[in-house]
Amino acid sequence: MSTPGFLLPRPASERDAAALPGVDRLGALLVLVGAAGLVLLPFVYFKANRIVPGDPLGLAQVLPAWAALGFRATLAAVAAVALLAANAPLRLAAGLAGIVAIAMALAAAANALTPPHDLVVRVAPGAGFWLLLAALALLATDAITRMRPGPGARVLLLIAFLGAAGLTFAHGTFDNVSVMREYAVNASAFKVAARQHILLSLGSLGAAVIVSLPLGIACHRMPRLRPGILGALNIIQTIPSIALFGILMAPLGALAAHVPLAASVGIRGIGAAPAVVALFLYSLLPIVANTAAGLERVSPATVEAALGMGMTRWQTLTSVELVLALPVIITGIRIVLVQNIGLVTVAALIGGGGFGTFVFGGIGQAATDLVLLGAIPTVVLAFSAAVLLDALVELLDRVPR
Amino acid sequence: MIVIESLTKRYGSTTAVDAVSMTVERNSITVIVGTSGSGKSTLLRMINRLIEPTSGRVLIEGRDTESEPAHQLRRRIGYVIQGHGLFPHRTVAENIGTVPRLLGWDASRIRARVAQLLEALQLDPALYSGKYPHQLSGGQQQRVGVARALAAEPAVLLMDEPFGALDPIIRGKAQDDLLDIQRKFGTTILLVTHDIDEAFRLGDRVAVMSEGRLIQYDRPEVLLTHPADPLVARMTGSTERAMRLLSLATAGEAALPLAPNEAATSGLVVPTSASLREVLSELLWRGSECATVVDRDGTPQGRLTLAAILAHGRSR
Repeated sequence: MSTPGFLLPRPASERDAAALPGVDRLGALLVLVGAAGLVLLPFVYFKANRIVPGDPLGLAQVLPAWAALGFRATLAAVAAVALLAANAPLRLAAGLAGIVAIAMALAAAANALTPPHDLVVRVAPGAGFWLLLAALALLATDAITRMRPGPGARVLLLIAFLGAAGLTFAHGTFDNVSVMREYAVNASAFKVAARQHILLSLGSLGAAVIVSLPLGIACHRMPRLRPGILGALNIIQTIPSIALFGILMAPLGALAAHVPLAASVGIRGIGAAPAVVALFLYSLLPIVANTAAGLERVSPATVEAALGMGMTRWQTLTSVELVLALPVIITGIRIVLVQNIGLVTVAALIGGGGFGTFVFGGIGQAATDLVLLGAIPTVVLAFSAAVLLDALVELLDRVPR
Repeated sequence: MIVIESLTKRYGSTTAVDAVSMTVERNSITVIVGTSGSGKSTLLRMINRLIEPTSGRVLIEGRDTESEPAHQLRRRIGYVIQGHGLFPHRTVAENIGTVPRLLGWDASRIRARVAQLLEALQLDPALYSGKYPHQLSGGQQQRVGVARALAAEPAVLLMDEPFGALDPIIRGKAQDDLLDIQRKFGTTILLVTHDIDEAFRLGDRVAVMSEGRLIQYDRPEVLLTHPADPLVARMTGSTERAMRLLSLATAGEAALPLAPNEAATSGLVVPTSASLREVLSELLWRGSECATVVDRDGTPQGRLTLAAILAHGRSR
């Protein structure tokens, strides 16, 4: 009895042979992307000043022959590990070594191309640099994911990353790279923007937590209120951020014009006030919804037991229900904080300040380096907040609930 | 002692509990049995005011339960529910110490009480104090729930289907443990169940409820021999009632005096605490006619014959 061969799945051994045994699929993709970036795209741009587009330069044109060779050898070793190694710590080490290599190459290129004491020319990272950075960062984060580090280890990794970045900046390693040139010019404005950015993100979050917790508790205790509250907050969430800033300008402006007290505490149609109000409004839904969902997760038997033991309603809420709902509530706060750090950037449009000032200033002046000066710290801030709060949620969830 | 006076709970036009009056004797186990929807849980929850009655009142040791805030009343009443309701984020010791902490006991007194209760419930304090509820078996969780309810030495313990979540073998053990605990601490226990066997096994007195009304409240053997209502007769089961009667009487109670020349124990030997049902079953199995009843020290206290046992199973 024979069966046509093409109806049967191919034997496992045949399939494995077809897929090249031992080759890591993600590694292969990342090597392909990185190699394309290295070969086809410029590593840096050399610009006569900060606004002109600049000339694309490859590695060979900017580094001494021996340095370019060493750099290529390092990246080749990283690629070999990415393709063939299954050991996660080794893959992480390779990713980090690659990132250090391209960062050093960028700094070396900037130093080599910048004439001494010249403050006009700019050496900016090119598309090839960014593509390599993305591939190497993915290699490193994938390795970290495979290692499944606990919350403490993840926070330590974050601190190590921020510490290393801080040390290189303090040392002046990247001082001749365009973004750092832009920073040098805007150093005092950068500090102000950083403070504004953090204050706007955390301030609106704090106000939202104070209002959202009671609303979430109300949603849980009075189910009839729930559709109304969540529905209204859902509608707010659908308004685009720029539109919401615009909508708030008129009433806040009127408030400032007619109520002297409002004006004296800094409420105006533009500036921080509408930014905080808008961010606050966006923050409500995730926290209210997660508070209600977290409280719903608490077993009714546990609540009945608490009341039956003689806890007051307040004691039951604070020492049993909210404690048990905390991981879900913190998850909502994490969503809001990361979202706010991003949205604050847009608030710069209405004079709210923050890193968005550089982003929109850079767009206006066609100065890409200035855009990056606003964008990079925003991403680092959002990323750090996500790592920290994720670790907190996991720590809280470890206590059995 | 709990005195319940025409306690009523209405929800709109439906009456969940209809003018129930009863007295729960001190140092005894009283069981309320009924089908679901009979109002038995509502009645229990009105005693610690988790549900406020529409009318009527409850006196505990002569004191109206309305005379103090509900949460203070509840700290004086133990409460055990189905599925234990332990706090999952607190250790066994913290769970048991809940009410003492609410009452402001000092830490060393709480620690001593927790250890005492864990030992009484056959859980090694060194091993179990620091564990979390999810690390315990169902039977252990149930025992911790009972320990938590007894922590502040309440005069009254309310139990709402406390063994409902346990499998039959563990349930039997838990019921025996409860009888031991009641004897040891002398607590007044009011227990709600839908399981008539559990009611007969545990109850010194059994109350039968149906559709919010108290139909009959008496000693279990009276419920069997003189059911006040066809429903009670149906619940106690006409084909089972003789065997139930036998299971209510112990060998010690039914023993006949020993004949003067019959000191030597021969044949089947049973403890005074064995039920007549168990003795009968054992005699049938062995094909014997007679058993010797001995006390804890093994001293013969009397004898039991098949005929004497059968006489106990007859309606009186």
